[in-house]
Amino acid sequence: MMEIDASLVSVAVARLCVEANYDIAPDIAEAFKRARDAEDGGLARRVMDDLLENAAIASEGALPLCQDTGMAVVFVEIGQDVHVAGSLTDAINEGVRRGYEDGFLRKSVVSDPVARVNTKDNTPAVIHYDIVPGDSLSITVAPKGFGSENMSALSMLKPSDGLEGVKKFVVETVRKAGPNPCPPIVVGVGVGGTMDYACLLAKKALLRSVGSPNPDAFWDEAERDLLGRINALGIGPAGLGGHTTALAVFIAPYPTHIAGLPVAVNIGCHSTRHGTARL
Amino acid sequence: MSAGKGTEKKISTPLSDSVIRGLAAGCRVLISGVVYTARDAAHKRMFEIAERGGEMPFDFAGQIVYYAGPSPTRPGAAIGSIGPTTSGRMDAYSPTLIRLGLKAMIGKGLRSDEVRRAITTHCGVYLVAVGGAGALISRSVKSASVIAFPELGTEAIRLLEVEDFPAIVAIDSSGNDIYRNAAP
Repeated sequence: MMEIDASLVSVAVARLCVEANYDIAPDIAEAFKRARDAEDGGLARRVMDDLLENAAIASEGALPLCQDTGMAVVFVEIGQDVHVAGSLTDAINEGVRRGYEDGFLRKSVVSDPVARVNTKDNTPAVIHYDIVPGDSLSITVAPKGFGSENMSALSMLKPSDGLEGVKKFVVETVRKAGPNPCPPIVVGVGVGGTMDYACLLAKKALLRSVGSPNPDAFWDEAERDLLGRINALGIGPAGLGGHTTALAVFIAPYPTHIAGLPVAVNIGCHSTRHGTARL
Repeated sequence: MSAGKGTEKKISTPLSDSVIRGLAAGCRVLISGVVYTARDAAHKRMFEIAERGGEMPFDFAGQIVYYAGPSPTRPGAAIGSIGPTTSGRMDAYSPTLIRLGLKAMIGKGLRSDEVRRAITTHCGVYLVAVGGAGALISRSVKSASVIAFPELGTEAIRLLEVEDFPAIVAIDSSGNDIYRNAAP
């Protein structure tokens, strides 16, 4: 049995909150450069240049890439041979509190969705726990901005809608979102499971690296086709027109019920951020 | 003579109607002077003030509202990261504020038909800044001070002194909308 002190979890979470918000991920930076070169010029190329400069300024000046430093979404994979001394959930929230305070990150969480009083420390986080074999603890922090979260959608399709129905819903969701979610976006798609699980799959799909293939050849082909269709919409960087509306489409499928075909689309902005630590 | 796509223009606040009429959708502008931040919660409060006929936190004449809630300011810095938030959430309030004299808005994303109509009726303009470029945009902010609703934290109204703040005309005073032209 591996014993891990909860305070170590707080330290790791605080660090991940700050790093994810200051430093652009290498896969996103590469995708920005490819996108800039793919644009013909004009505003689209200018926007991509601005985003690359923004990333350099953020990293050098210890400024968040975006003022919306997100609601902290935390994925925990806890080995079944691990024992955490202290409350794991409290430790994660303490890490968020410290990371957002010490890192000069914006506190964007309100205590009640209707009363809307800011909690002033960006807690609570949204935490997903997974129990896995082994004796280590893996924590991923994915701060989620709401310009893109608000453009996300779920549809309970009919089985007869099939792959084409799934694709149409994804493209339609991106088309409706237009300039709002800060394109070029990353599109996470959950297909199958139940209503709630499709949404979780879509969120988790955003954690993949831009440029990584889907392990399943069928879904890899669907991702490529969807990326082509989405970029043909012409929404472009910042929604001002251009070839790059999305940097990537990531699909996560799961077994589902004989009567259903749930599809969830979670849109990530161009600042799709996440970092992982293993304890 | 209005400046359109591909052109760049320097403008200063307060904005006169003739300057606003000279801005065409697609034109890039560099703003110097003053802009006021206000987003969801501040808009709700200003709308409530308008409904009871009260006095606004600042004089709207010729002024620009920026839909933004900055990240906290580090010691010695003028401001934290400060990019635009999605404008559509302010659509319910904007026509009332425009009717009361507000001239220009900076945000990102689509506006409703009601907002576009208010802009054309009252000689206003809707500008967009690049969403997610908050660190870059912070460079054009020279000073910031909270002038209303300090209890709203990041959502308080701040007076920003800006120099060459980069934006693009998205809806001009004639109602031309860059987003409607951009997508096929």
